[in-house]
Amino acid sequence: MRRDIYWIPFKTILIKEFLRFIRIWPQTILPPAITMTLYFVIFGQLIGERIGKMDGFDYVDFIVPGLVLMAVITNSYANVVSSFYQAKFMHHVEEILISPVPNWIILAGYVSGGVARGMLVGIVVTVISMLFTDLSIHSYMIAIAVFFLTSVLFSLTGFINAVYANSFDDISIVPTFILTPLTYLGGVFYSIHLLPEFWQTVSLANPILYMVNAFRYGLLGVSDIHVGVAFAIIVAFIAALTAASLYLLRKGVGLKS
Amino acid sequence: MTALSITNLHKRYKGGFHALKGIDLSVERGDFFALLGPNGAGKSTAIGIICSLINKTSGKISVFGDDLDSDPIAVKRHIGLVPQEYNFNQWEPIGEILVNQAGYQGIPREQAWQRAEELLRRLKLWDKRTTMARKLSGGMKRRLMIARALVHRPRLLILDEPTAGVDIEIRLSMWKFLRQLNEQGTTIILTTHYLEEAESLCRNIAIIHRGKIVEQSSMNSLLAKLHQQSFVLNLMQPLDAVPELEGFDVLKRDATTLEVIVKQGQGLTDLFCRLAESKLEVSSMRNKQNRLEQLFLELTSDDGGQQ
Repeated sequence: MRRDIYWIPFKTILIKEFLRFIRIWPQTILPPAITMTLYFVIFGQLIGERIGKMDGFDYVDFIVPGLVLMAVITNSYANVVSSFYQAKFMHHVEEILISPVPNWIILAGYVSGGVARGMLVGIVVTVISMLFTDLSIHSYMIAIAVFFLTSVLFSLTGFINAVYANSFDDISIVPTFILTPLTYLGGVFYSIHLLPEFWQTVSLANPILYMVNAFRYGLLGVSDIHVGVAFAIIVAFIAALTAASLYLLRKGVGLKS
Repeated sequence: MTALSITNLHKRYKGGFHALKGIDLSVERGDFFALLGPNGAGKSTAIGIICSLINKTSGKISVFGDDLDSDPIAVKRHIGLVPQEYNFNQWEPIGEILVNQAGYQGIPREQAWQRAEELLRRLKLWDKRTTMARKLSGGMKRRLMIARALVHRPRLLILDEPTAGVDIEIRLSMWKFLRQLNEQGTTIILTTHYLEEAESLCRNIAIIHRGKIVEQSSMNSLLAKLHQQSFVLNLMQPLDAVPELEGFDVLKRDATTLEVIVKQGQGLTDLFCRLAESKLEVSSMRNKQNRLEQLFLELTSDDGGQQ
């Protein structure tokens, strides 16, 4: 690997992205910590005690994996979409476009920034969850792998959204109308076995269901979906989104006239 | 070796607008080259294509022998760009802006800070290194963009209206800096609307109009094409009538000011002889219009310079 072409530009983008979200931590790290604390208090403690057990676990324990992953998804996504769109909007993306940085390094740099924020927020939320539950992790390897891959997947989604976005409104369309409904319907708060058979089948079309369940398996050892299938679907999505992102960069869609 | 070679470059935008209609351009290594043209002529489009910010429709571009299509990475290493509009992150400290740019060019962080310091000191911005870019004055922002473009020591520096909106003092200091840079071997391409800037700095020139190069030559040979020049003379004593100066057209602007037209082939020595014969003492003299400006208007006028 040529250090000057690959490693140094990659490291530069990653450091820049990391410093960006750390510099504005009250907007990036604090809000998800507060939101997730409220979820644990309201759904876990107050309502959860009336719900009782879910898949053999206390309700508050059952929702921990989904809430952690929800924080990872929204923050990985938000970091890349806002940073890359801002770079487009203020034209400082041109600093990279005129430099000898290969497209895949640009993508890797921004995605790594998203992963860094997603994982940092995920860790913060996991630590908060420990205040409300006695979390014992079933498989560290599976949990960390899902944690990481989900972060990559939604960083890529954020990148594609930023490429196509023409205004700040455009970067909130996907989170509002796609990401949030899919997350809430992706088994964060319930097991799909509670649903009628038809809706169980419909739920299988939701990619977030696979991530939440694979992560739940990593933490609790229970899942509505076979973990192997979940991994295959996550990896397939990552491959497809990576190919799409590189194609968009090569064509200069949204970046070059 | 040519620093920049452009062959038959076309750009047609999606809406059908044909911005560049087969441009051929060659800039020699070490040159200080002016690329001039009216607004919308295609200058910024051409620069955008050279710098990989705009996709070309067809044509060939090579920079120091490296082809943009087959080796864009090598081409990008050669070029530093100072764009027309501010295009840095306004919420970043200016030191970081330079270090990041160096990083994109593959320069290790420690070395990048050394170069950033050197450039920021030269451009009198070192004291502002931790200041957010948005807090700089207009002139400082222009200097920041020059520093950023130079951080990887490019062989070809492209300046797209670098002195737009800066005061005369900063403009003159920027001219001095650019001259030094060119003397040290950096090839410079300059676009500007200040034609005296191009005349003062550049040795060669191309004029682009409606997507075509309408003139490319050395500055001296272009200025020699001027058919006539008008001079404004301030006299020591007031005049009652327009004096007769044989061979010259003379207009009286006021009691102590004359305007004299000197045609191609006529010398200023002749003019001064006629003035002496008429016992007219001149206290000062200036060109009525910048010479390049006069030619520029001729070449880019709608009737094709026939006026």
